[in-house]
Amino acid sequence: MLDQPLNATALSAIHEGLGAAFTDFAGWQMPVRYTSDLAEHHAVRRSAGIFDLSHMGEIRLQGPEAGQALDHALAGKLSGLSVGRAKYSLMLTEDGGVVDDVIVYRLAEETYLVVANAGNAPEVARELTERSRGHDVQVRDESAGIALIAVQGPASEGIVVTALADAAVAGISAQDVADLRYYRVLQGTYQGAELLLARTGYTREDGFELYVPAAQAVDLWELLTAAGGEDLVPCGLASRDTLRLEAGMPLYGHELGRDILPAQAGLGRVVALAAKGDFVGRAAIETADLEGARVLVGLAAEGRRAGRAGSAVKDTAGAVIGEITSGALSPSLGHPVAMAFIDPDHAEPGTDLVIDVRGKDLPARVVPLPFYTRD
Amino acid sequence: MTTELRFSKDHEWVRVESDGVAVIGVTDFAAGQLGDVVYVDLPEEGDTITAGTEMGEIESTKSVSDLFSPITGTVTEVNQAVVDAPELVNASPFEDGWLIRASFEELPEDLLTREQYTELVGE
Repeated sequence: MLDQPLNATALSAIHEGLGAAFTDFAGWQMPVRYTSDLAEHHAVRRSAGIFDLSHMGEIRLQGPEAGQALDHALAGKLSGLSVGRAKYSLMLTEDGGVVDDVIVYRLAEETYLVVANAGNAPEVARELTERSRGHDVQVRDESAGIALIAVQGPASEGIVVTALADAAVAGISAQDVADLRYYRVLQGTYQGAELLLARTGYTREDGFELYVPAAQAVDLWELLTAAGGEDLVPCGLASRDTLRLEAGMPLYGHELGRDILPAQAGLGRVVALAAKGDFVGRAAIETADLEGARVLVGLAAEGRRAGRAGSAVKDTAGAVIGEITSGALSPSLGHPVAMAFIDPDHAEPGTDLVIDVRGKDLPARVVPLPFYTRD
Repeated sequence: MTTELRFSKDHEWVRVESDGVAVIGVTDFAAGQLGDVVYVDLPEEGDTITAGTEMGEIESTKSVSDLFSPITGTVTEVNQAVVDAPELVNASPFEDGWLIRASFEELPEDLLTREQYTELVGE
């Protein structure tokens, strides 16, 4: 059986030119770092970083019943989303487990864009199509044709304002960008093609996510890079992971999966049981007995040795009571942080626990998430 | 006056100083492969080290690798600067990023010259 070649984004040649090291992420050849994981991470917290996220999926729902279709297909009340706003949501299985975590943008009265993780995009697109049957809506998987570039960091607003002052951009002014609030989206054009500018991100810094057709990707990247100069650093998936971990944000396949119910991951509030009628997974969520089910917590430790995904978590008596899902030495905080599913009777913040780091027992403590907030 | 560097297949270097003590570290190739080093676990002063066996760990943001001893001997000094600032391994793998000093009887015969090591890493 021949290996499938990896997908490459429209920005691949740029990454190669910058000397990026690549990795296979969900079948895509993506930059994992350009220079140093730590330098890229720090750049986002101190200045700004630019990320190619074109591997992610985008599915457009268009029609009078688009909102109702999403209410049925996803866990949240999407029909209640105002035009120009974004919402974090989950797609659930019939058993209440998580198929994917998504961001949904309401672009118009009858137009929504669902942004899915790269690894789940084909399934999310299939499920949205399937689950929309019987609703007056068209579902189009636009993933292959859309590029996504993120600019994240305290300097990002100034950089995006400078970039979008370019003659090729229409419909979004500097004031529009400055006024754009968190989890809101603007529409304009770049080189005559649709440009979406959202104030969303995965870092807990100020930042933007820009969606354009793939044909516009290279020019948009270069426009942003020219606007940012030395203040805008190309960042790969390695730094993206330490940034989101510090931010306490889940990563599908680690903190979220088909065998995890939203409430276990602290996402019970994403499931809109009261605000809407039936949806896929509702019955399972309503009848789920979560007594004793492991819950997601944050763990902080001293020193420099970090427990990583798969590391056992023990109580001080030595009994295994959980497992780490993501962990690293936090570049911004300077100590090890981890997210872990643990037995609920040990989940109280302040609880002393032990992490098995490659055979060594290292003390850790349950702390509230997120680890890092913008001050 | 220090002698030439010798290299192990596990990407360590050895330099014998004028007092007959060996200084040991990891190469620039290893540091590049590892990425940002965030933690080093080194043997202690007085520990015996044996050529080809694991003597510690070196951890980067993305992975943990075993450190193999290139020589057989006794650790005489540990570089506290590297313990405190592991990024020295990336910044200066052959100088400030040295890991341990050790006394020894003789160097293993299968240590590589610089030419042989360069060929090994295919530069």
